[in-house]
Amino acid sequence: MSTTTQLLRFITAGSVDDGKSTLIGRLLHDSKSIFEDQYSAISKTSEKRGMTAVDLSLLTDGLQAEREQGITIDVAYRYFATPKRKFIIGDTPGHEQYTRNMVTAASTANLVVILIDARRGVLVQTRRHTYLASLVGVPHVVLAVNKMDMADYSQARFDEIVAEYKAFAAQLNLHDVTCIPLSALVGDMVVDRGDKLNWYQGPTLMEKLESVEIDHDVNTTDFRFPVQWVCRPQTEEYHDFRGFMGRIEAGEVSVGDEITVLPSGRSSKVKEIVTLDGNLQTAFAPQSITITLNDEIDISRGDMFAKADYLPTVAKEFAAMLCWLSETPLDKNRKYLVKHTTRTAKCLFSSIDYRVDVNTLEQHANPAVNMNDIVRVAMKVQQPLAFDHYKRNRASGSFIVIDEASNNTVAAGMIV
Amino acid sequence: MSKHTFTHLDALESESIHIMREVAAECKNPALLFSGGKDSIVMLRLAEKAFRPAKFPFPLVHIDTEHNFPEVIATRDKLAADLGERLIVRSLEDSIRRGTIVIKNPDLPRNPFQSVTLLETIAEFGFDACMGGARRDEEKARAKERIFSFRDEFGQWDPKNQRPELWDIYNTRVHSGENIRVFPISNWTEMDIWQYIGREQLHIPSIYYAHEREVIRRNGMLVPISDLVKPKPGEKVEVATVRFRTVGDVTCTAPVESNARTVDEIIAETASTRITERGATRMDDQTSDASMELRKKEGYF
Repeated sequence: MSTTTQLLRFITAGSVDDGKSTLIGRLLHDSKSIFEDQYSAISKTSEKRGMTAVDLSLLTDGLQAEREQGITIDVAYRYFATPKRKFIIGDTPGHEQYTRNMVTAASTANLVVILIDARRGVLVQTRRHTYLASLVGVPHVVLAVNKMDMADYSQARFDEIVAEYKAFAAQLNLHDVTCIPLSALVGDMVVDRGDKLNWYQGPTLMEKLESVEIDHDVNTTDFRFPVQWVCRPQTEEYHDFRGFMGRIEAGEVSVGDEITVLPSGRSSKVKEIVTLDGNLQTAFAPQSITITLNDEIDISRGDMFAKADYLPTVAKEFAAMLCWLSETPLDKNRKYLVKHTTRTAKCLFSSIDYRVDVNTLEQHANPAVNMNDIVRVAMKVQQPLAFDHYKRNRASGSFIVIDEASNNTVAAGMIV
Repeated sequence: MSKHTFTHLDALESESIHIMREVAAECKNPALLFSGGKDSIVMLRLAEKAFRPAKFPFPLVHIDTEHNFPEVIATRDKLAADLGERLIVRSLEDSIRRGTIVIKNPDLPRNPFQSVTLLETIAEFGFDACMGGARRDEEKARAKERIFSFRDEFGQWDPKNQRPELWDIYNTRVHSGENIRVFPISNWTEMDIWQYIGREQLHIPSIYYAHEREVIRRNGMLVPISDLVKPKPGEKVEVATVRFRTVGDVTCTAPVESNARTVDEIIAETASTRITERGATRMDDQTSDASMELRKKEGYF
């Protein structure tokens, strides 16, 4: 791996029965990302459990608590690299907490691999995974039609599944969908092509992961810079230095650009873009930088810099899709905290409009809101937020809800 | 820098800087754990990137086992002094004197006791957040830990009760008495660390590079001879060309045979190695499949 490779984050969605763990094991194994001591540990366990071949799914087994209880906790992150890219896999288990886990893992993903069993085709859970991927706005979708070895490597069967899936995906405005026939167990079309699927001309799963275009997965046009920290060294050398530190969440900025500070609406010009490695002329998302301005204006953490050509909405009320993450149901009579970019404010839910059944996509009015529910709500916040629609800008359209009493993160929100 | 050269190292670096700034902004009294090992040296550079031209808004803290490699302690002190940052050192010996640690065999590894001194140090200074250089690729318990990892009043990690982490929005809130461990380089791998050390030309202790050392072979590992580790009867001392992939307690950190004398040679070797970092070098992780998980539940990093 060279030092000029890109980073791709992806998740896998599917149940154990679809061969998800086997697929991850296969990717790691065939890309030579499994170490000998890991391999010997899972060989020993496979033998202990009376298996004849090494069970690659054991690689994603984690904690003692899980092994004892045969469950998987939340999200585990795994890492591998090829000469072309470095990968982070968000691996989520497939039981009833799935909605919450998948939304969590998908929130940082460039790509989702949705796994289905070629013999069973598009199931309710396939629709659920696809809906959640579209809700969270994962930019690229790969439908991995697994177990082709058990379906006679049939092109007709694959084509039938693809037609049904693409019709469904089109309703959800998913634009980049790639369908790949494969066998994780045998290894066909995962890293190597194998010799049974010669009728398929598209990329292997690994080729897709290595080549998918991700430069535009972040919004590259609408400059958004939430202020994280105000730097005032107060040393002799930097006596008047006042730098605004943060990460560019979208777009780019250059020295001399006129920026607007929200929510105050005051404006100034960028004087310098400071980094430890020297000042920059231009910086872009997702760089972490320090900005100094020409004018002394009152700015603190939680403010956002944007450019006048496309400003975010500044408001105290908005509508959002919410994924409820907590075992404690939403209480409409309570106040919560919302953390949006670098700003935290008190909030309340003025209405709960409907719940989406993630299996059928039907809407149910006036729902109670329990863990794993996806609901549409109207919210009020105590201080104005500078936000965008989530579909246009993931970074300035997302927020979390915190329960002030327990300090737990109870919901993930996407502004609509 | 153009858009077309935003590499995985740039992405990881920016993420880590963002995390450190969130800690500085939202936690009342944070600290950065700094041992002089390679991962914590990377953390120090990231802190410079995050906060210069100002001083760090937190002190550096080292929990010293006093089972050290002298080169590492020398590097620790030099880096802290060169940067002009405040370094707090608390030693297991302090806890031993207080009676909160009882060591029956002075030659045994002291890693398990580090948690005690760490928790005492957290209490002494009232730290509400400690940033550490642990990585998720090191160990499977770490693969499931959050970047912001909550600990109760006893410093314990409960793997089944972790806060979900979405996007890059971190919930840093804790009740009084609780604290957070924050792992800004969670998503880095051993390879990323070496590439970054090369790119940033970081000064690291010499024992990370190949050198001659007296060792004995014990259970498939090379055990370095030191004041604390002597050969047992029948064991043969040999001189091998080795380097350390990790540095920790001198009694339980094993080097690997290597001729890699430069960062580039280490990167080439890391790319072709077939053994995980901790698997090759940590005798204390070998005792059970869940050693790390158990230690974390007791308050370890």
